This record gives sequence, C-alpha cells and structure tokens, in this order.
Amino acid sequence: MSAISDISIITRRQLLLLTRVPEVLIFSTIQPVMFVLLFRFVFGGSINTGQPGGYVQLLMPGIFVQTVAFTLAGTASGLAEDMKKGLIDRFRSLPISQSALVIGRTLGDSLLNIVVLAVMGIAGFVVGWRPSGGLANVALGFLFLLFFGYALSWVGVLVGLSASDARVVQNVSFIVTFPLTFLSNAFAPTTGMPRLLQYFAEWNPVSTMVAACRQLFGLENQFGATAGSYPSEHPLTTSLIYMLIIMAIFIPLSLRKYRNYAD
Amino acid sequence: MKSVIAEDLVKTYDKGKVRALDHLSLDVEEGTVLSVLGPNGAGKTTVVRILTTLLRADSGRASVAGIDVIKNPEKVREVIGLSGQYAAVDEILTGYDNLVMFGELYHLGKKQAVIRANELLERFSLTDAAKRPIKNYSGGMRRRLDLAASLIVKPKVLFLDEPTTGLDPRGRQEMWGVIQELVKGGVTLLLTTQYLEEADQLADEIAVIDTGKVIARGTSDQLKKQVGGERLEVVVEQHHVAKTMEIVSAVSGHGATLDEGLRLIAAPVSTGSAALFEVLKSLDAAGIHALDVGLKRPSLDDVFLSLTGHVAEVKTEEAGAKK
Repeated sequence: MSAISDISIITRRQLLLLTRVPEVLIFSTIQPVMFVLLFRFVFGGSINTGQPGGYVQLLMPGIFVQTVAFTLAGTASGLAEDMKKGLIDRFRSLPISQSALVIGRTLGDSLLNIVVLAVMGIAGFVVGWRPSGGLANVALGFLFLLFFGYALSWVGVLVGLSASDARVVQNVSFIVTFPLTFLSNAFAPTTGMPRLLQYFAEWNPVSTMVAACRQLFGLENQFGATAGSYPSEHPLTTSLIYMLIIMAIFIPLSLRKYRNYAD
Repeated sequence: MKSVIAEDLVKTYDKGKVRALDHLSLDVEEGTVLSVLGPNGAGKTTVVRILTTLLRADSGRASVAGIDVIKNPEKVREVIGLSGQYAAVDEILTGYDNLVMFGELYHLGKKQAVIRANELLERFSLTDAAKRPIKNYSGGMRRRLDLAASLIVKPKVLFLDEPTTGLDPRGRQEMWGVIQELVKGGVTLLLTTQYLEEADQLADEIAVIDTGKVIARGTSDQLKKQVGGERLEVVVEQHHVAKTMEIVSAVSGHGATLDEGLRLIAAPVSTGSAALFEVLKSLDAAGIHALDVGLKRPSLDDVFLSLTGHVAEVKTEEAGAKK
C-alpha cells in the first residue's frame, strides 16, 4: 500500500505548489473564462443555432472539452520542468514506487481541472448557459470531462519526458491540441468544412466528447457532422472507447519512458 | 569490505557513437571517501547514475552495499543517498516543505518527517531560512538543502555528484566543511569532482578518470609521487642568479631551470629537506641571501596533466548524461 501513500504525497505536493503560486491557478482559470466570454459575445451574435438559449448552450461543452484537452500541455510542461531541475533524478533515486511521480502528477493535474471546470461553469451560467439534462446527467458530463483530461494527461507525460527542452514542450503540446480542438464540432458546425476535414472532425475524439457532453447537458447536437455515422449516433460510447484506447496506449508507454528515460 | 564495486562498466549513447564509459572499474572501501576526479565529459556523472540505479549500463557489473544494482535496484535505493549537480529540490516550496515531503516519501510518517526535517535544517544552518521558498536561497544554501534531503534516512553509501560545481569560493568552503563533518561521522562516500583541490581536501582515495576509463588511482600522495618527487625552488636577486644556478644544479645533480621573470631557480631533488639544507648552507657560504626558498611537491594539477596529457579544462557537456 506504500505505492498509494507515495502517490498521495506527490499529489499533495502538486496542490501545495498551486497554493504557493496562486498565479498558476488564476491564469489556468482566466484563460478558459476569457474564451467563454469572447466566443459568447463575438460569435454568439452571428451564429444562429435555432437552439433555445442560443449559441452559449452549444459553446459551453466545446470550451469545456477544449480546456480539459489542454491538460496535456500542463502535465507535459510540469514534468519537463521537474526533469530540467533534476527533480526526476531525485525521485527516481528514492525507495518509492517508480510510477508514483507520474501518477501523482496526472492526478494532481486532474484535481486542478475540477477547480477550473467549476469556475468556467459559473462563468458560463452568468452569461446564460443553462444545462437541462438533469442533475445526474450533468454530473456525468463533468465526470466524462475529467476522465478525458486524465487520459490526455498521460499523453502529456510521454510528451514531457520525451522533450529535450521545457520550452519545446509547450509548443509541441499546442501544435497537437489546437488543430484537434478546432477541427471539431466544438465551436462551429462541421458541415461548412471541406469533405475530408468533415470526416476527420466527425471521428475526432474532441468532437465525440463535445457531442457526448451536449447530449448529457440536454441539447441537440446541431454542430455534428453526417447524421447516421457511428460517432454521431453514439457519442458517449465512442468517447469512452477513445479514452480507454488513449490510456491503454499511453499509460504503459509513459511508464516505460519514465523508467528508462535516461537510456 | 567494499561498499561500492563497479566492474567493467560500459555505457554508450547515441547507438554506440558516444562511448561514455569504457570498461570502467572502481570500488570504495566501507567508511572511506573515494573521489572520482576528471574533466567534464570524462564519464563521472554516468558512473554515479549507474550506481544510483538511474541509468542502466550496457554491460558490466555493479553493487552498492553488497546489493546488485542491476538485479535489485529498488533495494539499492533504500540504502543510498544522492545529491546531484543540480539542487534537485522544489524551488517554489520552502526548505522545510521539501524536507518533510522527502521524509514522507522515505515512509517516516508525517510526525517523524517533521522532526527529521527540523534536525537537518538545524544541522545545515538552514533553520532561519526554513520557511522561505528555495528560489530565494543562495547557491550554497540550495546545495546544503539538497544534501540534507539525501541524508533523511542515514544512507549506507552517499553519492555526491559535483557537489560544489557552480558555487562561489565561500559556498564551496561551506560545502567542504559540511562534507568533512559527514566524513568524520564515518559515511561511505563517492564524490565526483572536476576540482583537483576538492579531491585533495575531501578524499581518502582518488580515481582519476578520462574518456570513460580510470587512468590512475591512489591516495593524493601516491598520485603525486607517481608524477615525480619534490622540486627545490629558490628565488634570489638578479645578480645572484648565475651563482645560485650553479649551487642548485650541484645539489640536485640535474640541471636547474630558471624562470627569468620571477628569478626563480628550480630543480628536482630526491633527498627532500637534506637537499634544502645543503642549498641553504652553500648559498650562505657564497654570501647570497635567498628571497624565497622551498620544497614543492607536485600539485594534483601536475598529476592530471602528466596522466592525461591535457590540463583539467572545462570541456563540452558530459555527453547525454545531463539530460
């Protein structure tokens, strides 16, 4: 059971770091809140959804998913920092569970997501977001979001440990996450995209996640692509499968990388 | 008993292109200090990383406190302390937070971890700075805290990888003081350094390494002897130089050399102080007053130069080992 206590110590360290540098917490929440406001008021006026409540109803699930997708960058740059400072060497030379550092890191980043999602939810509510799927479904939606962030956090572990320089990590993570979040149904209908991108957007895990959240928050997914395709019809199942696949691939790869990272 | 044994270690990087360790062997007797001395890129950090289970050797064997490093790395981690080239502590957290966290990771339990943290802060004169974030510490304070973190559970073998690199002279002196205290307490220590003086000050035995191989080992005295005996040096006024050259050459039996700028006459001698006495007597008889006279033993710098053919210069980064 010492592995669990090791992990909880590392997770606590992560939270302690947050309380010591409140700026991190402030900026990780300001950015998504800013997105909520910008999209709500800049695009909201010109995109006619026909949805009761308007664009913000469709927007919020999109921004939630985008935000948790950036956990990848957070985890990656955090680990790259630790690596640069020699902290990973120190942890690896301790008689602790060898995966504790990375597991603790991914859990800590997920806890941060809880705070960020809560603040965003409140901001969304203020500008008119009203989920209507029922309390249990809305809660399930947030659980999905956290789980998605957690899965991507493991991709971040691999990116962070593979990068030669902490500054590269941020760039690599953005290059991966930005196209993924925009080539999706998160902010605009996919039907306006070229045919090839439509296919991509339709199968993009970000799209299926957004569609899943919209469903759980009691919305029709008007930004979805071709009706009748599997991901559009079964966004919850598809998203779940995606998350499991991501974790099945990246957890073992990341742990192996961590154990051998200097070889 | 040998606390550390490394046999025939080979480690290459970049698919064999860079050979960091080339059949390197060394050992450390229990309760003694071995200094691994070499320039940057010689393979010092690589050895430490293999012995502390952070890196796997391509081939060779290694054990620490009788435990096989390759077969039982997790057992090795229970008996070692490592303090690296970087102060590997959380900059944002305070010194106290760091030590408590590491104490907990050593499974001391919160209460014991707090007690131990306070003890170590006291011992390394960091009590006043305990509640300040590490980023406000001086370089020397960081290293001391890093060292403290490696001593939370009294390790059987302590590894210090270039503990004073990058410190100012004062920080270095302080660090030496702290290490000397540890050594008095009987710790088994493997210390790497590129400073010859540091090896001289702290180590019982020195292993000189260059390009991944041990090229010489022994006590600092033995290594100095290996290079040659003592040198007699005399400084006189300009008009006495010629006569003094004659006297020194006669006593030495070898030709004396002259540094004209310093008016320093030097020659190798094998009889030590007897030769010194003889030279002084002859100078006195010739009515020459020596401005400075002495017996010089070769410095470790001389040792290094004669062993490696190059001075202990700062070269490129240690290949791949600093990732």
